[in-house]
Amino acid sequence: MRLLTHNMLSSNIKGVANGFPLGIEVEKVIEKQVELSADFLRNLFPKIEWKALVDAARTMGYAELPEEVDSSMLDSNEFLTKFHHALLELHLEEGALVCPETGRRFPVTKGIPNMLLHEDEV
Amino acid sequence: MKLKQLEGLLGDLQQFSNPKAELEQYPTGPHIASRILFTAENSFGDVSNKVVADLGCGCGTLGAAAALLGAEQVIGIDIDSQSLEIASQNAEDLELDINFIQSDIKNLGWRGQIVDTVVMNPPFGTRTKGADMDFLFVALKIASQAVYSLHKTSTRDHIKRAALRDFNASSAEVLCELRFDVPQLYKFHKKKEVDIAVDLWRFVPKDNQGKEGKDT
Ligand SMILES: C[S@@+](CC[C@H](N)C(=O)[O-])C[C@H]1O[C@@H](n2cnc3c(N)ncnc32)[C@H](O)[C@@H]1O
Repeated sequence: MRLLTHNMLSSNIKGVANGFPLGIEVEKVIEKQVELSADFLRNLFPKIEWKALVDAARTMGYAELPEEVDSSMLDSNEFLTKFHHALLELHLEEGALVCPETGRRFPVTKGIPNMLLHEDEV
Repeated sequence: MKLKQLEGLLGDLQQFSNPKAELEQYPTGPHIASRILFTAENSFGDVSNKVVADLGCGCGTLGAAAALLGAEQVIGIDIDSQSLEIASQNAEDLELDINFIQSDIKNLGWRGQIVDTVVMNPPFGTRTKGADMDFLFVALKIASQAVYSLHKTSTRDHIKRAALRDFNASSAEVLCELRFDVPQLYKFHKKKEVDIAVDLWRFVPKDNQGKEGKDT
C-alpha cells in the first residue's frame, strides 16, 4: 500500500469523529521504483494532507520530506523526487493501520489493509 | 495501446475460482472491460495520468485495464479477501502496481477528492436490494471527475433520478446499452447463461470543493 492510499483512508468506526490520519505500525516496508511524472505530482499536491504524509513517511523510515511546504517548491526537482518517493514508491507490505481515536488496529497483509468493521463498530 | 491488445491482456487474467452468489461475484469480461476503459480514455481523457478507483473490484479486471492505459494510481476495493488475492496476483502477473483495500463499500472511511475517476461493475442489487445504489452513492462522493458504472437497463430512470437529485451528480448519461452474460455460476440459474440488458453510464460529480476532509 502506497502512502497516497494512506492519505485517503480513514477510520469509519461508529462514534469516531475524526478517523484521519490512520497511524501506521510497520512490520515490513518495500520500495518499488516508478517513473516520476511532474505534472501528476503538481496536480495532486493541493489535495494531499501534508502533515499526514510527512509523519507516515517518517514512520516508514523516510525522513527527507520538509515539514513546511508551499507550492513554489513544486518547481524544484529535488523536492519533486522526494515527494514522489514518499507518496508512490514506499509501500507498507506488512503491519497495521491504527484508528487515531480508538486505537483499533486494521491489519495490513501482503500490502492489503483489512478495513472491515465488526458488527458493533458499524 | 490498441483495443485488441488491451482485450487480449485482460483475457489472460484469472477469474473468481469460487464465486459467492450473495456478493454477486461474476467477472466483468475482457470484452466489456476493455471497451469501458478505452472509451473513458479516448473519448473523455479520464484514465491516463489519473487516480482511478475500481469499486467492487473482484478479480480486478477494470482496475488492471485502467493501469494498462496509463493511470498513475489505481485502487481496487472489495469486501472479499479471496477475490482480492486473485486480483493482487493478476496485477503482479501483468507487472502493474495496484493498491487493494478490503472494505465493505457501505462503511468505507475516506477523505478528500484525490480520486479522479471511478470505474465499477457493482452488484446489480439482485441479491442485496439497494447494493447498486450504495456503490453509486460512494462513487459520486469520492470521485472528482467522472464515474463509469454498469447498471441494469430496467433501472435506468431510477438511476438517473437518484444520481442527479440525491447523489451529487451534475450529469448522468447512458453511453451505450450492452448485453451482459451472467454465466451460470449459481444453482438457482436454470439456463446456462443469463443474458441481461445493461447500461454503461458516465456520471460527472458536481464540483466537490468545500467537502474536503469529510468522511463518506
Ligand atoms: C459483479 S462483481 C465485479 C467484478 C469485477 N469487476 C471483476 O472484473 O472481477 C461485484 C463485486 O462486488 C463485490 N461486492 C459486493 N458487495 C460488496 C460490498 N458491500 N462492498 C464491497 N464489495 C462488494 C463482490 O465481492 C464482487 O467482487
